[in-house]
Amino acid sequence: MSDFRPVQMRSPVLTVRRVDAYYAVTVVAPGIAERFRSGQFIAVAVGGEQSSMLSRRAFAIHDVKPDYGGTVEFLFAVRGKGTAWLAERRSRDLLDIVGPLGRPFPLPRDPVNCVLVGGGAGSAPLFPLAHTLRRRGCRVDFVLGAASADRVFSAITARRVAETATFTTDDGSFGVRGRVTDALPQVLEDAPSDVVYACGPMPMLREVTALAARYDIPVQVSVEETMACGTGVCMTCVVPVVGEDGITRMARSCVDGPVFRGERVRFDDVGTIPFDALGAPGWKARGDDPVSAREAG
Amino acid sequence: MSPDLRTRLANVELANPILTAAGCAGAGRELAQFFDIARIGAVVTKSVMLDPRAGLPAPRMAETPSGLLSATGLQGPGIEVFLQRDLPWLLARGGRAVVSIAGGSPAEYAELARRLSDAPGVTMIEVNLSSPNLADQGRHFTDDPAAAARVVHAVRSHTRSDIPVFAKLSPDVPDLVELAVACVQARADGLSMINTVRGMAIDTTTMRPAVAGGVGGVSGPAIRPIAVACVYEVHAALPDVPIIGMGGVRTGTDALEFLLAGASAVAVGTVIFHDPSACVRILREFEEELEERGVRRAADLVGAAHRPMGAQPAR
Repeated sequence: MSDFRPVQMRSPVLTVRRVDAYYAVTVVAPGIAERFRSGQFIAVAVGGEQSSMLSRRAFAIHDVKPDYGGTVEFLFAVRGKGTAWLAERRSRDLLDIVGPLGRPFPLPRDPVNCVLVGGGAGSAPLFPLAHTLRRRGCRVDFVLGAASADRVFSAITARRVAETATFTTDDGSFGVRGRVTDALPQVLEDAPSDVVYACGPMPMLREVTALAARYDIPVQVSVEETMACGTGVCMTCVVPVVGEDGITRMARSCVDGPVFRGERVRFDDVGTIPFDALGAPGWKARGDDPVSAREAG
Repeated sequence: MSPDLRTRLANVELANPILTAAGCAGAGRELAQFFDIARIGAVVTKSVMLDPRAGLPAPRMAETPSGLLSATGLQGPGIEVFLQRDLPWLLARGGRAVVSIAGGSPAEYAELARRLSDAPGVTMIEVNLSSPNLADQGRHFTDDPAAAARVVHAVRSHTRSDIPVFAKLSPDVPDLVELAVACVQARADGLSMINTVRGMAIDTTTMRPAVAGGVGGVSGPAIRPIAVACVYEVHAALPDVPIIGMGGVRTGTDALEFLLAGASAVAVGTVIFHDPSACVRILREFEEELEERGVRRAADLVGAAHRPMGAQPAR
C-alpha cells in the first residue's frame, strides 16, 4: 500500500514538444515514474508559486522512461490559461507535480486479447497500457479516433505495438470517417476479444460500454472528469457509480477512479444526482423506518 | 530558540495554530499520504450530517481569479460511517479532531452533538451554520441570528462540557457582529470565520452558470481581505472570544496576518487543493516568521493589530 502512495515533487522539465495538435511535456520525476501503473495520472500546479489558478490540472501519464532516474511524459491540448502556461515551459523549468494518482487499469492474469479504444487526448493512457499488456503476452488491437488527423494520437506507435490499429476521424482526414464506435464492432467481429479498455469523452465511453455489453465483453473505462485537486479532498469530480453492493454512490473520479468497470458507471445520469443514489434528496436507507430510526438514533 | 507555537481555544490547547478548514481535507486520510497529520494543530473535518448525503450535481467547481467557486452540497457518508471509519482512523494516526457538523434543524444538530460527545477523542465541535434551515424555506441559519443562536444553544446543551463548541459564520450577513454576539450569548465557546463568500461565474461557451448549483461559494486568496476584516471586527467587539480565522490562507505570512487580526488559530482551506502539503509548509513558514521577528510566543500576537502603535509585542 505505502509503496503506491503518491508523492509531491518539484520536477525539472526535460522537453516540451509540439506533437500535431498537442504538446508533450517530459519531466524528471523518479518517484512518480517508479510508482506508476498504467491508467494513473498526475496533477500539475500551473502559473507558478503565486499563481491565481488554484486548480491543479490532471493529465494521464502517457509514458515513463528510466532516463535520469525516471521520467514522466504527459500530453495536452491548449484549452485555457493553465494549459497555455504549461505549453510555454522550457527545459529546466520546475513543475510542482503530484502523482501517480488514481486507480490503474486492472490487468488480465492470462495472455488474452485486448481492444484499446481511445478518443482524442484520451488515447494517452492507453499506450503504457498497451506496452504492459504486450509484455504479458496479450494481443492488443487499437481503435483510436479524433476530430481530425492532427488530433489522432501517436498513430505510428499504435501500429508498431498493436496487432491491428484502426483510426477514425470525424472529418475523414485520416483513417475511416466517423467515430470509434462506428469502427469498434468490426474490430470485435474480426478478433475474438476478451476485454475492452477505453478512455475518452463520456458519450464515447457510454457507447463503447454498450457495444462491449452487446458482445458480452468486460470493459474498463477511464473517465476524463474535471478535477480541482486530484487527491480526493475537493469533491469536484464525482460521477454516479454502482458499487459491489448494488448501491449508487457519487464516486470521486480521482481516487475511486479514473478507471471504472464500464457497466458500473451510470452514463445516462452523469451530471445529475440519480434519485436512488446514496444520500440523494429523499433517499432513505433500505429497510429503515426513517422516523423511528431518527428517534431511536 | 524556536518559538512557542501553542495556542488555546477555550479550554483546549493545541500544539500549534495551523488547522485544516472544513470541507478541504476530508477527515485527514487523503492528506496523510503527503505529511504526518499529527504535526498540525488539528484536522477540522468535512461537515458531517446525520444521514448520507449525495450532494449537488457536477459541475461543482469553477476556477475564478485567485479563488474557486464551488457548490458541492455537503456530500458525505453520514455520522454512522464517520464514527465507525473516519474518526477512529484520524485518532489512530495521532490527529486532533475538530468535527464540523451540519443539519437542517436544531434537533438534527443536537443529535449530532450527542453522538459525537459519546464518541471518545473529539477535541472540538465546529457548527457549520451555512446550511439550509428546513423550517425556514431553506434560508441559511446564519441569515437569522435568532435561528443561528437556537442551533448553537441546542449543540452546546447536548455536547459534553469539556468539548468546546465553535460557531462557523458566513460573511454574507447584514451585521456579522450581531450574529457573533447572538452565537456567544447562546454559549458558543468560540467562533470560526469565514465560510465562503456568495458568488457566481457564467461559462461563456455554454452560456450557462459555471456550477450546476448556479450560485456558489467563493474561497481562496481572493477572499482573504474580506476574512481578515471579519476577524478584526468581531475580535474588536468580543476580545475574549477565541476565533479560528480562515479565508485564503496561502503562506505563513497570511497565517500571521490572521493572528494579528485577532484569530487564535488559522485554518487552511482551498489552498490545500493546490498544494496537498500546504498545512505543514505554512506551519514551517509561520514559525520562521516568528523567529525573524524575535517573537517567543505565538499567542502574544493574537489581536496585536488592535493595540496602539508602539504597543506591538517583542522585536
